Amino acid sequence: MGKAFSTPKSMSDNYTHYCPGCTHGIAHRLVAEVIDELGIRGRTVGIAPVGCAVLAYNYLNCDFQEAAHGRAPAMATGMKRVRPDLIVFTYQGDGDLASIGMGEIIHAANRGEKFTTIFINNAIYGMTGGQMAPTTMPGQRATTAPLGRDTAQTGMPIRMANLLGELVTPGYVTRQALLNPKQINKAKKAIKKAFEYQVEGKCFSFVELISTCPTNWGLTPLDALKWAEDTLLPYYELGDYKVPE
Amino acid sequence: MAKVLMKGNEAIGEAAIRAGCKNYFAYPITPQSEVAEYLAKRMPEVDGVFLQGESEVAVGYMIFGAAACGERVMTTSSSPGVSLMSEAISYIAAAQCPAVFVNIMRGGPGLGGILPSQGDYFQATKGGGHGDYHLLVLAPDGVQEAVEMTMKAFGLAEKYRGPVMILGDGLIGQMMEPVEFPDDLNTEPSNKNDWATSGMDTRKSDKRNLVRSLFLDPKELNDNNLALKAKYEQMKKEEVLYEGYNTDTDYKVLIVSYGTMSRVCKTSIDMMKQEGIDVGLLRPKSLFPFPEKAVFKAATKESCKSVISIEMSMGQMVEDVERCVKGQRKVDFYGECGGDIPTPEKIIEIIKALL
Repeated sequence: MGKAFSTPKSMSDNYTHYCPGCTHGIAHRLVAEVIDELGIRGRTVGIAPVGCAVLAYNYLNCDFQEAAHGRAPAMATGMKRVRPDLIVFTYQGDGDLASIGMGEIIHAANRGEKFTTIFINNAIYGMTGGQMAPTTMPGQRATTAPLGRDTAQTGMPIRMANLLGELVTPGYVTRQALLNPKQINKAKKAIKKAFEYQVEGKCFSFVELISTCPTNWGLTPLDALKWAEDTLLPYYELGDYKVPE
Repeated sequence: MAKVLMKGNEAIGEAAIRAGCKNYFAYPITPQSEVAEYLAKRMPEVDGVFLQGESEVAVGYMIFGAAACGERVMTTSSSPGVSLMSEAISYIAAAQCPAVFVNIMRGGPGLGGILPSQGDYFQATKGGGHGDYHLLVLAPDGVQEAVEMTMKAFGLAEKYRGPVMILGDGLIGQMMEPVEFPDDLNTEPSNKNDWATSGMDTRKSDKRNLVRSLFLDPKELNDNNLALKAKYEQMKKEEVLYEGYNTDTDYKVLIVSYGTMSRVCKTSIDMMKQEGIDVGLLRPKSLFPFPEKAVFKAATKESCKSVISIEMSMGQMVEDVERCVKGQRKVDFYGECGGDIPTPEKIIEIIKALL
């Protein structure tokens, strides 16, 4: 009988530093499975962000660069331009990508840079300890919004997939979630499609993944999944925001 | 090869190509935009990469990403732009990637002006970005030297696996001079298999490479900074460059000056020589590593009574000059930094007051 389940080659055997119930591990695994299935590990270079996933290279086993806060899309641009044969992906959180790195991601997407971005949206800063992110929901508490996000002062949460979907330049932009097995299977298909578009040299590809942060939300892992389902999904609607022709 | 008449900025662009650099990312800023304009035309002719980034911040990281793959890469900018790139430069230094940065200085602080200046000496030689690092900094005094230093910079960046800066000023960028592109400065790229994120396939092994600057373990961070320090110590032994002018005479005053300013000083020295007054010039060509021993030796020559640092700044290199002279002679300073370059006559007046 064949082996039914094993660790992807693109994943290393390290103990995780992520908190219990965090969905980073699932996102990592999906990326690793896709890299394995496409047989591209030997020419893939990942770019780690600043945030909880800065140590993504401890788990994803391929060449890796580590960016400064928000700058991963600029590094990916530099790399992809000088080595178009490489498969390049950035893995970024919402503080990194939607706040300090807004300029870099918009322009990379608008130039149609042929790399892939995996965007983890958990509506909060994780690594620095639960501060408000541009994606934090109205009224959601954060260490820098102790009474809850006041949208009169801070505006409404930014919907990255919607925003990038509006760009005229062709690309693949989708929002998926990691809150239940069905969503996870769909998310994997989207990640695979995103990498395939890159392998074909077709376009920029962007997969937003609605994720959880039980620790900084102050919820148990199960309650965090439910909160995300009830609060995030109605505002961050799942689906494709742009598909190349 | 025959000499051609070229503007400094364009010559720097051509020098990069002649040195085997086929990758250029930049953001426009006066007074160096001609490098980008020249390479926008020239790079496609050699199947190279030209990209105008959305900001100097982004360009700094485009350079980082490309350099981390082990490819030869360059950007050019001017003072305010280099401030924005300094974040990336700190990361590039920490992650030990070879890259070439050109700063065609203009006046500052702030928006300052667009005329030539040497106001970024501190930024270039003492860090600029955060943390314990240095750039290897070369300062040309004209278009020919800008070409040679730019070409040499790629090999040096690879030798030390770190960022190298060419520190010129607006005059060097804007003026036209006859130049020659030496063939022998197109060096072979060094072996990058040990460290570059060029894809595991290129190494034919299961070893993966990691380019990073995060070292959460205090010992690891200390070790990385010690490795950087060892490079700077090696630079101090192997890369010091300077020129002495009229230093074989019994000069009473020694000028220390670099770049455009040193050329004006040479004119003043020639004019004073005709009056029978000998003044020496020590011109650092490498600003980091600084020619510490040469400055000390020239300053403490028996005939020499005093030393003066003349700069297009409010007094920056003078601090290094004082450090090197070690209190053995009086060290004065003269500088202008609005964009008007001190005239030879003005310098003669300053020197005569010291005699």
